[in-house]
Amino acid sequence: MAKQYHLENEVKKVKEIVAPQGEETPDEITLKTAPADFRFPTTNQTRHCFTRYIEYHRCVAAKGDDAPECEKFAKFYRSLCPSEWVDRWNEQRENGTFPGPL
Amino acid sequence: MIVLKWLFLTISPCDAAEPWQLGSQDAATPIMQGIIDLHHDIFFFLILILVFVLWILVRALWHFHYKENAIPQRIVHGTTIEILRTIFPSLISMFIAIPSFALLYSMDEVVVDPAITIKAIGHQWYWTYEYSDYNSSDEQSLTFDSYMIPEEDLELGQSRLLEVDNRVVVPAKTHLRIIVTSADVPHSWAVPSSGVKCDAVPGRLNQISILVQREGVYYGQCSEICGTNHAFTPIVVEAVPRKDYGSRVSNQLIPQTGEA
Repeated sequence: MAKQYHLENEVKKVKEIVAPQGEETPDEITLKTAPADFRFPTTNQTRHCFTRYIEYHRCVAAKGDDAPECEKFAKFYRSLCPSEWVDRWNEQRENGTFPGPL
Repeated sequence: MIVLKWLFLTISPCDAAEPWQLGSQDAATPIMQGIIDLHHDIFFFLILILVFVLWILVRALWHFHYKENAIPQRIVHGTTIEILRTIFPSLISMFIAIPSFALLYSMDEVVVDPAITIKAIGHQWYWTYEYSDYNSSDEQSLTFDSYMIPEEDLELGQSRLLEVDNRVVVPAKTHLRIIVTSADVPHSWAVPSSGVKCDAVPGRLNQISILVQREGVYYGQCSEICGTNHAFTPIVVEAVPRKDYGSRVSNQLIPQTGEA
């Protein structure tokens, strides 16, 4: 037990040498992603991604460009959709050819 | 295995294919453990049936040999044996079906909210991985391609046709959501130790949930014929402790945000 305690102290010392308190350490990221959505309970999540994308743009259309409550939908669709898809949809929205209900 | 660990022998679990391997690779997820257990459950009945059928066969050949039994009996009906040979096989198939369905439905069950989402996108012939949980705009994304290391570049100890230049780093003991899709032709993202094999279909997002129970490096291969280099499209998953994953991702994100 005493040895264990001693070891822990040693580890603390080493950690302080490696990363002193004052130095800038990268902020630990929080592990968080789009939650499971029970509208999409199956393996096929294509609609999940598409719906989140539409929800974000509808939210922005309703509440203004930088409404904080829309940001979560953006996080969800970025987590779920391949960036290639998002790029294509963004382009289609600019050209007015987006196939979804916005 | 546990006894050997008590004796302080180091044992490296089998997380890649081995020469002359007969069984499954060691389980890294509860799903794979379930698959292995189901295999053993079914094997019990398989051996039982095999022994019984062989016994009946040998007995019939022995006792009804034409020299022993020159005149065959003409029995066409027997109620007892007909009831028995209906009820017992249906019981056996029930004993196989129930654990099998239980496993099957638990495999695509969305039980808990995952902690991270990783997108695996199949290409001819490499995998692209996207970590986009930490993005604050559409452009910024932690994306990398994972190519096989060619045979001449292998270092000592690396597996031929299995090693890649960029591994998928995931946190261990964490619920992961893997979104599998393809950019060109159908591929299949498979890691045997995780008990995962998921088709990558263009225009469709397939989700699989895994929980890697121990740190390690897990090897898999593309499992859908996808063209000439199909055999050279391996998958390597590296499970690291959660805090190491956090610092790794933040270290990779900082240079990207610095550029932007």
